[in-house]
Amino acid sequence: MGNYILYALMALLLAWSYRKDRQKTNQALMKAWKAFENILPEFLGIIILVGLMLAVLDPQVISRLIGQNSGWTGTIFAAVVGSIALMPGIVAFPTAAILLNNGAGYMQIAALISTLMMVGVVTMPVEIKYFGRKVAIARNLLAFFFSFLVAVIIAKGL
Amino acid sequence: MIAVMLVIVFVNHGLAIKAAGITTYTLKEMALVIPPIFILLGLLDLWVPRETMIKYMGEGSGTKGVILAFILGSAAAGPLYGAFPVAGMLMSKGAKFSNILIFIGAWSTTKIPMFLFEMAALGSKFAITRLLIDIPGVIILAYILSAMLGKEEIKRIYSRLL
Repeated sequence: MGNYILYALMALLLAWSYRKDRQKTNQALMKAWKAFENILPEFLGIIILVGLMLAVLDPQVISRLIGQNSGWTGTIFAAVVGSIALMPGIVAFPTAAILLNNGAGYMQIAALISTLMMVGVVTMPVEIKYFGRKVAIARNLLAFFFSFLVAVIIAKGL
Repeated sequence: MIAVMLVIVFVNHGLAIKAAGITTYTLKEMALVIPPIFILLGLLDLWVPRETMIKYMGEGSGTKGVILAFILGSAAAGPLYGAFPVAGMLMSKGAKFSNILIFIGAWSTTKIPMFLFEMAALGSKFAITRLLIDIPGVIILAYILSAMLGKEEIKRIYSRLL
């Protein structure tokens, strides 16, 4: 659904831009292509890594790591897995639901989901390219620790 | 990377085939989501003047800038690595650093389409609780990180992008 909205928005703005100023629109498209070309090698690297990772980390493997009553150890494990792995939400949420059904705790799942979304070890090369090493590391570390807070609050609430 | 993959192909056929399948799937997904992101980025770059960006997301933009950064990030679609090029462009147009971090935080974790998906998969209580923690969390983390880095470092990052 998000994709349709994105495409509709793009088509609308592109049409508007084209009507208003053809040359400027061409320039914008050129700029889009250049920005894309600039980051393409990093993107491809990430996608191949993601493919490998998702092949290794199926729900059975993860639930062995963060199974029932795994407590803080399991939460830390979940956070580490979530930080390293990169899963699109479309894969992550159903996987998390399967893990919950297989007996994983809410605290571990919250840590996994939160780090999956906010911490990206694999995507660091892209982040470093735009923000530098220092920001990338600091942002990911802060998000990593923040995910434990999320995990604790969700564990208390559910 | 290629060496690692070759080793996997030799050691574990099944795994290699599975990985190749997922990579193809992700590539297709990327081919779907990435073009509109970059085209919007290009249009934004050409049509939104620097002064406008500074006014709405720059140093003096205050709460308005925070809210706008949040909305822009949450309305986004696509993986987090798509956010960085957009963030780079916003920065080169003069958006404030803490707002950039809020934008990235929102993109990473409070995306609206993903929220709906999360509710369906993990239940509304889980999704809503996480959202309620993440909204203040993203803002607080952005300010902590900005303060940690200091003005000099932030200036360096901006000058590198220009």
